[in-house]
Amino acid sequence: MSQKKYWQSFGEVNESESFKQQNQDEFREELPFEGMDNKGLLDATAPRRDFLKYLGFSTAAATLAASCKIPVKKAIPFANRPENIIPGVAQYYATTFVQEGDVVPVLAKVRDGRPIKIEGNDRCAFTGGGTSARVQASVLDLYDTHRLRFPQQKVGNGEEARFEEVPTYEQMDKLVADAIKAAGGSTVLLTSTLNSPSTKAIIAAYPGIRHVQYDAVSFSGMLLANEATGFGRRLPSYEFGAAKVIVSLGADFLGSWLSPVEFAKGYTAGRKIDEKNPSMSKHYQFEGYLSLTGASADERFVCRPSETGLVALALLSAVSGKGAEGIKDAKLKAGIEKAAADLRKNTGASLVVCGSNDTNTQVVVNAINQAIGAYGKTIDWGKPVNYRAGIDADFEQLVKDMEAGSVGTLLVYGANPVYTYHNAAAFKTALKKIKTTVSFSERLDETTECCQFILPSNHYLESWGDASPKAGVTSFIQPTIYPLFKTRAFQTSLLKWSGNDNSYEEYFKQYWIGQLGAEDAFNTILQEGIQDKALPVSAGSYSSTALAAAAQAITTAAAVTGTEIVLYQKASIGTGTGATNPWLQELPDGVSKASWGNYALVSMTMAKELLGVNLIDGTEKEINNYEFYPLKPVIKITMGGKEMELPVLAVPGMQSNTIAVALGYGRSEKLGRTCAGVGKNAYIFTSQTGNGVSYQGIVTVADAGRKEKVAQSQIHNTYDDRVEVVRETTLATLVKHPTVIPDYRNHLEETYGKSKDGKTTDYRSEGTLYPTHVQPGIKWGMNIDMNACYGCGACVVACHAENNVPVVGKSEVLRYHDMHWLRIDRYFVSDATNPDELKGVVFQPMMCQHCDNAPCENVCPVAATNHSSEGINQMTYNRCIGTRYCANNCPYKVRRFNWADYTGADSFPNNRDQQLVGKLDPVVEQMNDELTRMVLNPDVTVRSRGVIEKCSFCFQRLQAAKLEAKKANRPLQDGEAKTACQTACAANAIVFGNVNDPNSAITAVRANNTNRSYYVLEQLHVLPNVSYLAKVRNTDEVLEVEEHHAAPAAHGTETKHETAKPEAAHH
Amino acid sequence: MSTKQFSTHLIFFLSSFLFFSVTISNAQDAGAGKTIFMSKCASCHNVLKKGTGPALAGLEERHKWADHKELLAWINNPAAYMAKDPYTQGLKAEYGSMMTAFADVTLQDVDNIVAYVNEAAKPAPAPAAGSGEVVEEGGGNSIFFGVISLLLGVIALILMQVNSNLRKLSDQAEGVKTPAGIPFWRNKTYITLISICLFVFGGYMVAKGAIGLGRQKDYQPVQPIYYSHKVHAGINQINCLYCHGSAEQSKHAAIPSVNTCMNCHKAIQAYEKGPKLFDEEGNEIDGTAEIQKLYEYAGFDPDQPNKWDPSMIKKPIEWVKIHNLPDHVYFSHAQHVNAGKVQCQSCHGAINEMGEVKQVADLSMGWCINCHRESNVQFNYDSTKGNKFYSIYEKFHNDLKAGKMDSIKVKDIGGLECQKCHY
Repeated sequence: MSQKKYWQSFGEVNESESFKQQNQDEFREELPFEGMDNKGLLDATAPRRDFLKYLGFSTAAATLAASCKIPVKKAIPFANRPENIIPGVAQYYATTFVQEGDVVPVLAKVRDGRPIKIEGNDRCAFTGGGTSARVQASVLDLYDTHRLRFPQQKVGNGEEARFEEVPTYEQMDKLVADAIKAAGGSTVLLTSTLNSPSTKAIIAAYPGIRHVQYDAVSFSGMLLANEATGFGRRLPSYEFGAAKVIVSLGADFLGSWLSPVEFAKGYTAGRKIDEKNPSMSKHYQFEGYLSLTGASADERFVCRPSETGLVALALLSAVSGKGAEGIKDAKLKAGIEKAAADLRKNTGASLVVCGSNDTNTQVVVNAINQAIGAYGKTIDWGKPVNYRAGIDADFEQLVKDMEAGSVGTLLVYGANPVYTYHNAAAFKTALKKIKTTVSFSERLDETTECCQFILPSNHYLESWGDASPKAGVTSFIQPTIYPLFKTRAFQTSLLKWSGNDNSYEEYFKQYWIGQLGAEDAFNTILQEGIQDKALPVSAGSYSSTALAAAAQAITTAAAVTGTEIVLYQKASIGTGTGATNPWLQELPDGVSKASWGNYALVSMTMAKELLGVNLIDGTEKEINNYEFYPLKPVIKITMGGKEMELPVLAVPGMQSNTIAVALGYGRSEKLGRTCAGVGKNAYIFTSQTGNGVSYQGIVTVADAGRKEKVAQSQIHNTYDDRVEVVRETTLATLVKHPTVIPDYRNHLEETYGKSKDGKTTDYRSEGTLYPTHVQPGIKWGMNIDMNACYGCGACVVACHAENNVPVVGKSEVLRYHDMHWLRIDRYFVSDATNPDELKGVVFQPMMCQHCDNAPCENVCPVAATNHSSEGINQMTYNRCIGTRYCANNCPYKVRRFNWADYTGADSFPNNRDQQLVGKLDPVVEQMNDELTRMVLNPDVTVRSRGVIEKCSFCFQRLQAAKLEAKKANRPLQDGEAKTACQTACAANAIVFGNVNDPNSAITAVRANNTNRSYYVLEQLHVLPNVSYLAKVRNTDEVLEVEEHHAAPAAHGTETKHETAKPEAAHH
Repeated sequence: MSTKQFSTHLIFFLSSFLFFSVTISNAQDAGAGKTIFMSKCASCHNVLKKGTGPALAGLEERHKWADHKELLAWINNPAAYMAKDPYTQGLKAEYGSMMTAFADVTLQDVDNIVAYVNEAAKPAPAPAAGSGEVVEEGGGNSIFFGVISLLLGVIALILMQVNSNLRKLSDQAEGVKTPAGIPFWRNKTYITLISICLFVFGGYMVAKGAIGLGRQKDYQPVQPIYYSHKVHAGINQINCLYCHGSAEQSKHAAIPSVNTCMNCHKAIQAYEKGPKLFDEEGNEIDGTAEIQKLYEYAGFDPDQPNKWDPSMIKKPIEWVKIHNLPDHVYFSHAQHVNAGKVQCQSCHGAINEMGEVKQVADLSMGWCINCHRESNVQFNYDSTKGNKFYSIYEKFHNDLKAGKMDSIKVKDIGGLECQKCHY
């Protein structure tokens, strides 16, 4: 028997006293009165005189404001209004998000000429209209103040070197052509993975050019392993939806591996439970650190990153019935055998993926997939994907050629080796040997800085183009706005320099009309955004010839002792492309809940042993010292001659000798105020093993003896020991005790819902003194399936974009002033006695619950927040006077206060910098730039300082949907009104609609999931309009409920665990 | 001062507060035919003048149009009708374009339109009755009341003086010693009452002024071109939506672009037959010169009208925006015009009688809210009327059937809620 515990922070897991004290206040600061000296109002130095001063000032200000003339505003119509464009009505254009080989078909919402929001394209079968945080945030990149605005060339040498504008592209073309001619030698085009068919055709027609593809994080190992096992140098399509058993060896396929949006769609489809016949896919994860994907796993086992190959071999031997050979750790061994048993049992319906870039390991993984019959079922070689194509050896060869001086001209597009290459110094030196270097980068990134000529290319929302994510699939890119700056498609440059005078736009159109045969077909794809055509592709057949050598290489590799580092990518920042985007920087990481910077994730054991931070069984003071100050101890990481100091974050579920550091930080300050000085560049710890680039390695770590601030958001708001916030169970428990949640509701109904005569019960009306609200027409409601949510944060960024949610910067996040309307709470589940022993992680998206009996509404002195007849808790900014009573009274902690003028909406221009709030981070200024403000949604008020804001259920979208229905003289149809978070979600975890409509999806999802559907803090009788479906982990463990009326598994309460009985183990 | 004395003073004060009563009533004289004419026909046809299409006056005497069924067939499907009919073929040749089809027009509608056309074509037609027209009645009454109250006030004053003198005399006669009279400027009652009045009046004025900050009722700026809504929407009866078409689709009513102006002004190059135009200062406006200003923007040469096309437009016209709402207000024209079927004049006043546009309503929140309290929703009381969107309001349908409600106002469907306009 063990106790289960749900916790967000270490103070909570150990129930420390100061944790409780701290959480009594919604806002942790005292009210900032000047000159009070903490003596209270009456004893303050000069409260009366100050009061009179303020009074006098405000009267004078009001008088001044009153005497000002109302400015004359102009209304300037179109000179010649284009057909089909109605001012004030948004247009949607199908286009494609393409970045470093990633492809996500999207729709761009264009309002009065400005793209302001990205939606997924639901005509795309493999993403199903899903998006990621990076896709959602990409629209902000368009308005980045640090984009390069004109073609330029470097003048001067050494320290004196600077870039000067070249007035026209004609002059630039001539300059470059002359330079290429003068340079002699070969011309090399270096790009990240390109999957644009028309661009490839242009490159093929460029005389004598050599094309090298280089990926920031390489998949070379997989490509070569697939070649060695008979499938060719390709990557297959993975059908996570068809897999009943999924084993991942360190592949973060929901966060960063290959094509997360696509995989998340398939994966979560298998995680949804039909209550009548409860079943779901089973996900095993073997990894060294706690990844976003590992957090969703049903059973998770830790291993050293260097052991991945051994684990793969052991799994192969276990799958072939020989037991997990070569694994010493008993727990890991048992885990591998269990996974192997499940894989074998589900032959043809199971899948193994591996995140390693080691060819040998991937050869073994292919052998496993062959053994479990994955090929042709869950792995489709008939539809190979084009997301990654870079081969490490090709790039190594290029660097050698550059050093040897045989490369005369280097054209760089989309690749940034000066930042991402493991030996950046060598690349930089080699770059200097090249006579002509040209960069097509949108920004002055690390590599571009070293180039001679810059011809900035367009943002994808300004471009024509195409992408072929998979064989037979074509997705078009079409411009949604005229280029903001003097930029040019890089393909146009290639065309010009190879003697073709067409612009890329013309070439693109001609190319596709040629391919498709007719302009109509071209226009159809342009309209739909995507075309999916079955292409006969040779699937190849598995060959085991390379297996023996690979296995040999893995087993003979020396076992590693000591500390290891593993480098991972955050879902937000990726390989570093997201670092310049304020929305992505502010998005808390799914697992660590930290924003603005990277850090070393360490196990609690390591924190204790290395830093003396005892979080497992330490004293309250020890835990508080670590937990409640943003200052975290710093460690010094050394690998070879390279060293780096980073603050640590201790999380459970880490391999005890492994630290994990996110890539993508420590960018050049020339990329903008957003990323300047944020985090450190961990690419220095990558290395070339001779067998591909390795993203792990052996390091030594030491206590640096100082502390640094880490901006974490999760510990800001907690529920103060209240239960029933998260409900999590296992599949076996759900089968055995299906009615835990309904029982609890019945208990509430019986205890509090009895009518006066005691004959009938109605918790809704009887449980309160307040009158109930009536919704005569529509009643909006939302349901969130916690089993589908994997914590990626696409919804959070979508909410930023849709609702003009401000970015506050690191200094303000550190002061708990983050403004996210929607946050994803992360709960660790573990034994109460051993928090490091992670059982699982629960993600809970939390936003305003739009309570029908809302506690915030009762306490507002000015009725700025009140209830609508559609069941929405309304917030009226212009009525709010900023008492913050509502936020204090909100049990869900979802109300946000504008501590400063984050948006520049105040009438007083200098309200952003003053004593009260302190100077805000430069990123806030950047977000307030005239250019950046073009991203604002004109349908949503930009809030000024001193008001509370919160989730509005995207009211502007609901109004728009209703108006469309009224215009068409018909009732509102289900699914017409969608919130931004709902459309962003690749997992379809969010269902939204009219609860009063008996045929709506929201009614159906609640009715079909009575055993899992619950409301957070239902017993408070606040009557939320957001319901959740309990998280279910697919394990055989049966959680015994002590008493049916008691609250089930939730933090603060105890449940018994019993070992699964044999019949329950094989469901 | 005695109580009695005080009460006489009070009566004096009260009697001097008088209220004028003005009765306002709206003249409702828009026949069904006029409504259809305005929404469907007016963008091309005028009753008396040739426009894009022929003048409609006396149409029953022409061709076979006395038979409304023929007319209906023509309106519903001009292309099909024209195929067998030389008269309408001639019309097309004369006017250069074929009439737009209106498949949804019924025979009843045609009857109504013809009735309206006949009425409007009568010699010396009644002045166009806009729905915003205000008829003031009872002006004489107010003067009458004013004179009476003035007289009563004077009488009260005289009586008070008489009373006071009589009391003095009687006191003298009875030998009662009267205290020396206090001059009225030192009379504390007067001072108190006057101060209270001043305070109340001052406070009222300050509050009114403060509330009115940023509001611009009666704002009537000079525009780059003297564009007369009176000439276009009033005299020539052009439908509002011909130029402000996006009012039906978008939150913005949108000012028409130059190419929309040029649709008509390619042909109409001079202002000749209409009444003289005057600006607010009373200066006469040369309409033809104003049309010339439009040509400047459009890059149009009146001598060579056929050479012009919209791509030649030089620059947009920078109109001065009159109706401004604060940024935190969301107002949608489509919601009001399309879904709510609110007439433009309800908010913009008798725009068809304005030379230069003037803001008529104060666009205050109170003004909005009042309308939301009083206006009916386009509720689908039965299957033929109203907007089907409201069919989901089951409760209201039941209440209407049960007689608990007689109409559905905007406030009933949440029209007074903050977030309807602020989000």
